[in-house]
Amino acid sequence: MKKILAVCGLGQGTSLILRMNIEQVLNDLGVNADVEHVDVSSASGMSSDLIVTSAELAKTLEGHQSDIVIVNNYFDLEEIKQALQNRV
Amino acid sequence: MDLLQLETVELDRVAKDAIDAIRLAGDLLVQANKVTSEYVDAMVKNYIEIGPYIVIAPNIAIPHARPENGVQETGISLLRLSDPIEFGHESNDPVKLICAIAGTDQSSHLEMLKGISQVLGNKAKLETILKTNEKKDIVELFRS
Repeated sequence: MKKILAVCGLGQGTSLILRMNIEQVLNDLGVNADVEHVDVSSASGMSSDLIVTSAELAKTLEGHQSDIVIVNNYFDLEEIKQALQNRV
Repeated sequence: MDLLQLETVELDRVAKDAIDAIRLAGDLLVQANKVTSEYVDAMVKNYIEIGPYIVIAPNIAIPHARPENGVQETGISLLRLSDPIEFGHESNDPVKLICAIAGTDQSSHLEMLKGISQVLGNKAKLETILKTNEKKDIVELFRS
């Protein structure tokens, strides 16, 4: 099973919203994956298949072994779907 | 208890910058005895140190800190600015709505964020929040 990290600055509020919406999109796509929400510094030390985060935090994570996709509007299921499609 | 109360909503305030706006939204939570003033300081510190990632959707910022930074009771506040403000976010600036959130633990955080997501992620509901002159309309949206 693929492992996806939803990343924000604190690993509390923002990434949790992102994780909920990623899970909903995966559900719609019929994909099974393990989604975790973490803060940016923990994420840099974790291994995963895909990281989903904002453009700003993506810069901090440059060089991470995982694929990184950027989502700007965490509420926009369509944007999240486009970001995840072909990657999960 | 409702997630949002009349006393934690404020419409069309003027804020001079992002930090001022976060403080104003945080002060609504302090006045309602949901958080201590240390929590507001922690939200500001997070914004300064980690950056504008809290602007999670166009025109919407959700400043927050950790439960141990001074949360007394789970709750949110909603501040609508009279004039939008730049938070420094690449694509979601300027910010018009600040929804400060405070959760006492992980599970209350989750419930609260689901509620917020269902309201602020819904275009029609968001439109109401941006346009209404009645605080009670906004409280009502968070009730269902």
